[in-house]
Amino acid sequence: MIDFIRNFPFFSIILSLCCAVTTFVLPKKPARILSLSLFGVCMALSGATLLRNLYTGEGFVYRMGHFDAPFGNEIAAGLLEPACALLFGTVLFCSVLAGKERLLTDIAPGKERFYYIMADLAHVALLALCYTNDIFTGYVFVEICTLSSAGLLMIRGTGKSLAAATRYMIFSLIGSGLFLLGVIFLYGITGHLLFPQLHETVAEIHAAGTYAVPLLISAALMTGGLAVKSGLFPFHFWMPDTYGTATPSSSGILSGVISKAYIFLLLKVIYRVLGTDVYFATGAQNILYLFGVCGIVIGSLSAIRQTRLSRMVAYSSAAQIGYIYMGIGLGSAAGITASFFQIFAHALTKPLLFLSGAKLRAASGGSDAFRDLRGAAHRDRGAGLAFAVGSLSMIGLPIFAGFIPKLLFALAAMDSYGKAIPTLVVLAVSTILNVIYFLHTVITIYLPVNTQPQLSRRRPDAAFLVGALLLVVINVAIGMHSQPITSLIEQGLSLFAD
Amino acid sequence: MRFGENGLINFEEMAAIILFAIGFTTLLFNRNLIKKIIGMNIMDTGVYLFLASMGFIFDREAPIITDGVTDADRYINPIPSGLVLTGIVVSVSVTALMLSLTVRLYEKYRTLNLDEIYMLSHNRGGKP
Repeated sequence: MIDFIRNFPFFSIILSLCCAVTTFVLPKKPARILSLSLFGVCMALSGATLLRNLYTGEGFVYRMGHFDAPFGNEIAAGLLEPACALLFGTVLFCSVLAGKERLLTDIAPGKERFYYIMADLAHVALLALCYTNDIFTGYVFVEICTLSSAGLLMIRGTGKSLAAATRYMIFSLIGSGLFLLGVIFLYGITGHLLFPQLHETVAEIHAAGTYAVPLLISAALMTGGLAVKSGLFPFHFWMPDTYGTATPSSSGILSGVISKAYIFLLLKVIYRVLGTDVYFATGAQNILYLFGVCGIVIGSLSAIRQTRLSRMVAYSSAAQIGYIYMGIGLGSAAGITASFFQIFAHALTKPLLFLSGAKLRAASGGSDAFRDLRGAAHRDRGAGLAFAVGSLSMIGLPIFAGFIPKLLFALAAMDSYGKAIPTLVVLAVSTILNVIYFLHTVITIYLPVNTQPQLSRRRPDAAFLVGALLLVVINVAIGMHSQPITSLIEQGLSLFAD
Repeated sequence: MRFGENGLINFEEMAAIILFAIGFTTLLFNRNLIKKIIGMNIMDTGVYLFLASMGFIFDREAPIITDGVTDADRYINPIPSGLVLTGIVVSVSVTALMLSLTVRLYEKYRTLNLDEIYMLSHNRGGKP
């Protein structure tokens, strides 16, 4: 059985692909059920893979079609790969489940199945990005991820969402173009595409001191490309339009998992392709640190200036992505552990905010301006509670998942030379800014006034409650028992480095 | 070896990078959607030229066995060609998606200028 589990990553990828194709011929409801059960099954498969690797204490490499290294394609699973696959699957499941009501109204009749096809394809790309052991396959799935997320964005078909999808595509294409050029440079100097062989050759080249410039250019291009795609400051302009106009499930999926998948690929490149020594010797982490810190402050300041909920939550994504890059920029294993925890915490929190924000908006007569949201939590209690939990996690209150990465960032900063003071200052400033805009929103929605007496209380929506409850429970569970997750990340990173 | 010393030998790669830069700036700065898509294709073509010239070895043939010779020294490196093929498939699908978005936007706003499209889409009432 232990050996059979080695097939599970491949099974989950191919199963998602088959489901995406099958969904073409299905009507609305079966398509939805198929997608949700697919995410459920893949969560179980990723969970089993994770347990297997925890049990045996080592990762494995799976040869596709049993061809050996230079010819065949490989997928590899240590601890972080199945953990991220499990996380992505869970978030996709909750987002699609909880956004049901808006999916029914946002999508033109007869087009529902296309949404689920795109969700399945996004799932394929996410899984493949998690598991792939080949850098060109990584590029191909980055593009598949881009295409399917554009599909998720434009499904509403309104002018605004089409324009937002176009803008998203343009930024994404710039990012993937840079990444591709970086990959090609690397292939040119090493002659390999699989991670282990690349790693070996890069180490040899670095030790010999040849090709220093091409190696630096390649590292810079790959980092830059993936940073643009994940929305690092100053490339975050597309975020508010994109997340603000899409259907809430899509906003949750895009901000929660798709941008994280690119960061995960970047971390894989840093650890498994270039090696941390070579990468940190280029100094690229200092630039990431600078942009990350700027992103945190400017994202939060922009969020405060917004008058509408969805745009505020979208701008806060820019700040949260900044945290992840700040952790990478610290240039230590502790910093990257904190970044990984931030990936987990943010992926579980942001979809909750988008989905509950949309419910609050529906309870306020279709407007998400703050003046109309007064007392919205009383009109839709489930959504109000979910939004409050998400906000408190974003602020970083203990017992919620959002607290742990901030603690880990602070601890990691203590050990980093020259970056300790700025990191601590930025953490403090950003927490204050977060408190200002999130707590202000929570207070607004809980105000005991009814400015819109014509709006009555909304009936509870079972699908939303189940999805949101799942996210809240995982969020609190991770926040209260962070130690297993932290040690999982540490073990995973040491498996990465092997 | 000094940086840039091999400029003349690697003129194909230099041309590829220039093409990439032209495409990249067009995609980023041009306002016309169709020109953006053309820029994207030029950018990708630059990468393919880079790859193809990397795989080519002077005085060797395409790696297709026609007369029973299986000696690898006779043929060029086939892997970059395979990567180019994959890349072309990706760029065709991206182009198709971008063109379909352009058609939808043109039907709605009767313009291809992305800035105008933003202005128009944000001015149409409060409905996002």
